[in-house]
Amino acid sequence: MFFPISGAHISPIYLGIVGFVIGILGGFFGVGGSFIAGPALRVVGLDWNFAIGTDLAHIVGKSVVAVKQHRAFGNVDLRLGFFMAFGTIGGAEVGAQLIQMLKRAGNVNLVVSIVSIAVYISISSFMIWESRKTLRSKKRGTTAPPTATTKKHDPSSFKHVTRSIQRWNLPPMITLPVSGVTISLWVILLVSFVGGLFSGFLGGGAGYIRMPSMVYVLGIPTHLAVGTDLFEIIISASYGTFSHAIKGNVDILIALVMHTGAAIGAQIGAILTQYFAGPKIRLAFVPLPLIGAAIVIYTLMTGHKL
Amino acid sequence: MKKETAKTFRAFLVELAIYAVLVVCYFFLVLHFLGEGLQRLEQNHRYGYAGIALLLMIGQAVLLQNVTTFLLRLIRGRSE
Repeated sequence: MFFPISGAHISPIYLGIVGFVIGILGGFFGVGGSFIAGPALRVVGLDWNFAIGTDLAHIVGKSVVAVKQHRAFGNVDLRLGFFMAFGTIGGAEVGAQLIQMLKRAGNVNLVVSIVSIAVYISISSFMIWESRKTLRSKKRGTTAPPTATTKKHDPSSFKHVTRSIQRWNLPPMITLPVSGVTISLWVILLVSFVGGLFSGFLGGGAGYIRMPSMVYVLGIPTHLAVGTDLFEIIISASYGTFSHAIKGNVDILIALVMHTGAAIGAQIGAILTQYFAGPKIRLAFVPLPLIGAAIVIYTLMTGHKL
Repeated sequence: MKKETAKTFRAFLVELAIYAVLVVCYFFLVLHFLGEGLQRLEQNHRYGYAGIALLLMIGQAVLLQNVTTFLLRLIRGRSE
């Protein structure tokens, strides 16, 4: 099929399948999946600028579907999402400015690659340690699928650190009844700012850093972190799509075709979260940042961009 | 429990098949007509294109979500 905006010939079936896989990952883990979608579009010959912009547009659609589904399950904290939006947009701008500075200095590729490898490996290592520890200590207890009540009592071996962050009494304090948490607004803004910073700096929705930070720093139960993170991704990816579209980096026809697969995948992913407890979702999340790290290491070592 | 899972899986496969047919029709009808207009817009009015692109994506997301939910309800309703 010929896509006139980017001038690319790509099979719609391939796009549908890629969208479907990313949709399942997004619905289940609350990530945009740009670390897979970008290379998947690049492989079929789409230029990098189009791959990044088009992927962001498709992420918007996929996240809308997943958020609707998560909302039906009560997994979205809109109040938290609203406050986080400010930090996310601010962080995304600062991240984009940092990229411009590095571009001028002439070492953007090396710095971004090293930072992203370090971040991806750190997140995976920490999450594998925490979720395995939690699952081991939980073995004596129940292993039943989560219910509306148990979702709010999401066990974590990092809870003591989370509690001390929540006790940090820096006004204004924000109560989040849906998540069952009261926390300083500044902590929420800091977490969302860092997520936005990585989104602007490394590209994509940065769900790989925002979702774990919401669980471990803010103390949001995993199911709610997944749903609320997707809500955040709608905001950051919409902003990114608009910005890339006016620069001529979005082929919306490719994004629309990809989204036909993602729409059904995102629903399946969201439904699957109902059958897994928080620590199991976090443990299953571990390979995702590692895939991202492997892709970056490959491009660094071979000099080829996937 | 196993019977219920098998029923859900069967319903999902039927949904996927109907969805695939609908999506193929969508490719050939809607995208074919949209292609030229969107290309012209992208070349001449970038801000307009950016806004339309976002609206199209969100519109399609809501539409497809409703279609899949409707199909799932319809198929599950019949199999019960």
